[in-house]
Amino acid sequence: MHIAIIGNGISGITAARHIRKHSNHKISVISSETDHFFSRTALMYIYMGHMRYKETKPYEDHFWEKNRIDLVRDYVHSINFKGKKLQLKNQEISYDKLILAVGSTPNKFGWPGQDLDGVQGLYAYQDVETMEHWSKDLKHAVIVGGGLIGIEMAEMFLSRKIPVTFLVREKSYWNGVLPSEESAMINRHIEAHHADLKLSTELKEILPDKNGRVRAVITNKGEEIECQFVGLTAGVHPNINFLKDSELALAKGILVNEYLETNIPDVYAIGDCAQMQNPRKGRRPIEAVWYTGRMMGETVAHTICKKKTVYNPGIWFNSAKFFDIEYQVYGDVPAKLPEDYKTLYWEHPEGNRAIRILYHKNTNEVVGFNLMGIRYRHEVCEQWLANKTHIEEVLQHLSLANFDPEFYSTYEKDLVQKYNQQNGRELVLSNRSSTDAVAFFLGKNTQSKADIQQGMKRNLMLGILLILLSFILPFLFTVKLPIMIVSGLLVGLGIGLLLLSFSQRQVLSGLE
Amino acid sequence: MKGIRIIGLVAFVIGLMLFVVSLGLSDYSLDMDSLESGIDKDYHFNFVEKESGMMKGKTYTSMWAFFLDYDQMMSNAQSAILNDVKTNLKLTTADGDYWSKILKNEKINKVKFLVARDSAQGFLLRKRGLFLWLSLILICVGALMYIFPSMNLLPGIKNDGIFHSGLHSRGALGITIGIFMTVFYIVLYWFPHLMANWVVLVQPIKSMMMEGKADQWFLYGFIYTIAILIMGIRFMIKYRHNKYQLVRTFSVMFFQLCFAFALPNMIRALQGVDLKNAWPLDYSFFFEYRINALIEEGNFGLWLLVWGIVLMAIVVPIITYFYGKRWYCSWVCGCGGLAETLGDPFRQQSDKSLKAWKIERYLIHFVLVFAVVMTILVVLSLFTDKLGFSYNVRAWYGFFIGSIFAGVIGTGFYPLMGNRVWCRFGCPLAAYMGLIQRIKSRFRITVNGGQCISCGNCSTYCEMGIDVRHYAQRGQDIVRSSCVGCGICAAVCPRGVLKLENGTVDIDNRGIDLRTIHVPMDSVGIL
Repeated sequence: MHIAIIGNGISGITAARHIRKHSNHKISVISSETDHFFSRTALMYIYMGHMRYKETKPYEDHFWEKNRIDLVRDYVHSINFKGKKLQLKNQEISYDKLILAVGSTPNKFGWPGQDLDGVQGLYAYQDVETMEHWSKDLKHAVIVGGGLIGIEMAEMFLSRKIPVTFLVREKSYWNGVLPSEESAMINRHIEAHHADLKLSTELKEILPDKNGRVRAVITNKGEEIECQFVGLTAGVHPNINFLKDSELALAKGILVNEYLETNIPDVYAIGDCAQMQNPRKGRRPIEAVWYTGRMMGETVAHTICKKKTVYNPGIWFNSAKFFDIEYQVYGDVPAKLPEDYKTLYWEHPEGNRAIRILYHKNTNEVVGFNLMGIRYRHEVCEQWLANKTHIEEVLQHLSLANFDPEFYSTYEKDLVQKYNQQNGRELVLSNRSSTDAVAFFLGKNTQSKADIQQGMKRNLMLGILLILLSFILPFLFTVKLPIMIVSGLLVGLGIGLLLLSFSQRQVLSGLE
Repeated sequence: MKGIRIIGLVAFVIGLMLFVVSLGLSDYSLDMDSLESGIDKDYHFNFVEKESGMMKGKTYTSMWAFFLDYDQMMSNAQSAILNDVKTNLKLTTADGDYWSKILKNEKINKVKFLVARDSAQGFLLRKRGLFLWLSLILICVGALMYIFPSMNLLPGIKNDGIFHSGLHSRGALGITIGIFMTVFYIVLYWFPHLMANWVVLVQPIKSMMMEGKADQWFLYGFIYTIAILIMGIRFMIKYRHNKYQLVRTFSVMFFQLCFAFALPNMIRALQGVDLKNAWPLDYSFFFEYRINALIEEGNFGLWLLVWGIVLMAIVVPIITYFYGKRWYCSWVCGCGGLAETLGDPFRQQSDKSLKAWKIERYLIHFVLVFAVVMTILVVLSLFTDKLGFSYNVRAWYGFFIGSIFAGVIGTGFYPLMGNRVWCRFGCPLAAYMGLIQRIKSRFRITVNGGQCISCGNCSTYCEMGIDVRHYAQRGQDIVRSSCVGCGICAAVCPRGVLKLENGTVDIDNRGIDLRTIHVPMDSVGIL
């Protein structure tokens, strides 16, 4: 069977890799963008000089041949669904099953001048090349649209000390997704990086110079801002223009059922371009993020090779980085607090770290975590959410979730204190934070408590014995140097066993 | 801010030039005392003294002329000795005595450095204080002026422009620095007499610490320590938002300054002893001249001997079991200290390909076996006379591994192959601890669920050339024998996916795909 995959992004490549894991089908991946799979999320780092294109490729070039995944660098003009044929620029390919993983393309809302030179979005590899091209004599850039790509673009230009004006339609950065405190934190952070953040400001018009390149923009407030580059980062939409006049059922994206099947047999759609006909509760029909693309790729591979598998993205999670502030979300944290939710929010006095936990007003079960500048463990949060754990249970064991590097200050105590103040409670944070405690919590331990206890006692006895022995030895023998060496080794070993016993005791006490 | 950096850079370059220029600023007049004590054998010295007429009383303004005459004088003496051995003493090559009577080339070269150091006089010696302190202050203050303005940037990962800069990505500047450092090591190991003036220059510092004359190893230790301290400050500023990096860097700076430099140079009993240097990195630990020296030292020496053995056999494996080899490689070790500080700007140059990993595994374990075999031979030859060839084996090891690999390639090639060439491909101690780390240790790098976006920052900035992303994007814990636990992968990760941890969960369960969270396991089973 020949499986053709259009698009070599994370969705298409994940599908290809998993199909190869499960089967010996012939696999072709067609892309006009690049020869090899690269990490789209790393595009900004190429421009910033953190990496080259080479470093953004997750697999070495020999990987594809070794795994018998044919890479076709070509552009798909049209698809003959009846004859199961793809019309490419240079050739025709027939397939048995087709996976559409064609991604998205930046939104343009009909602004006057949106197609001028130096006006572009940031999605494809070629977009970075053109950004590089226009950066040569760039004195000022304007970025339109306050989302994740917009702030990335601002960071890119600022890394080269090119001044940036950042037009955001909303009253506060990304406040359609972030709750107001977090959004305000990012506003401050953007300004601390010396980007000229203009909130509640929309683009009205882009003005050309005599060569057809952008010269300035005019905002809805009538302000004219001189610039030689305009970044259009007001979201993306599925890249389905070339499918418009076919029998494929489309809405905003390619419509798929819960098995990621389109209305045409043997044709699937995954990733940014797929639109769920019946999205799960609390989920959007199109979720253009890396993680869902990867899950869809894996799911469709199972469906094709093993058995029909329902696409189940599990509990929502996402992450991003706004300049220097990392952001993680687990579960349901809407921008506006729903009536039946309560929120617990703690922010560091310096205003660059925050923890937010949402929980249900009546049942007190946790429903979501929002982290700014602090890392939490995915699996621990997921388990709490899946088990609808009581907020107070979560708070008392919150240390289990912390994923910050060693020696970092922890703030779980402050959050618990805040909860106690607000609710007149006296919860105490348990000190369960060791890796072992987490393993026990997640059921990954390979030893039982009794095992550890036994080991602890044995090591203690043995350790003491060895140390005693090392002190006795010199009295029993007269040869000096060899006995000193043996005694030294025994003392070392004995102390090692005592340390082991001590660490086992700590593990046990951490599990109380 | 930019102005300060430029002034700093200019000061640094002037200081460096002063230092380099000082190599040629001495006059030379043959120092007979040093010649005598260097040659150390009356029989030899009698001949040398006869030949020394050609140099006596002469003042050389050129270093080259001085060395030319020195070589001539010694070669004359060598011939005269050979003649005497053959005709008067009637010895042939078959006699054991023959070899101890003739004057060997190695001896001539060794004495060359001592004579060059002690014969130097004139301008540089008169202005020694000025040259030393001026170049030292210009270099240090200049470097710090260049480094400190980055405090003005907001704390966070700042790798901007690294791959646009020739210094960091094998451009002209990077190659130039690589050549400079390589030449430095070649001179240090095989032509130390050429840098005798630098040794003269740092004599006042040696005198402040302990009586006696500085040698090239004191000079090397001094430069090494300065480099770790200055570049350590740079590293700490760069990662000042990351406490793990701050603590770790403070630790390597402390161990270099105190254990490797200050203690051995200030306390006579600890002279030449680096308490933290463990066999087999310290490959000459079991050589008889060192064992004998320790035994002669008395109780304290015996204690040092026992410590060295316990360190290697017990302390190293036990701490490695608890914390992974990072406790040594990126917290204590001098080679690691230099790599983490001076070498940090070049960490992205390490090769991440599968091929490089294969070469690494063959090479480093070969060196470990080589070190073990050599040491066994050395220890056996303490008890028997039949292992004469073991002296050749240890000489090969010292030449190929100790000098060429660890020094010339290991450090000289920083800008070309990354900052851990030696630690990754050659260090036998790293190989030893790596085996423990891979087979039985609590240390691993944990991946945070399914959060990896495959961006590649972790792999790019891994100095050991580990393709961290390979594991991260699969949700696998990372257990690799080469990992030195520097923690930079976790620092540069834009999604906070990696964490260095110590836990007792069995090592066999860390390498497999435990987290197939994308597709629920109950619906499809494990892949």
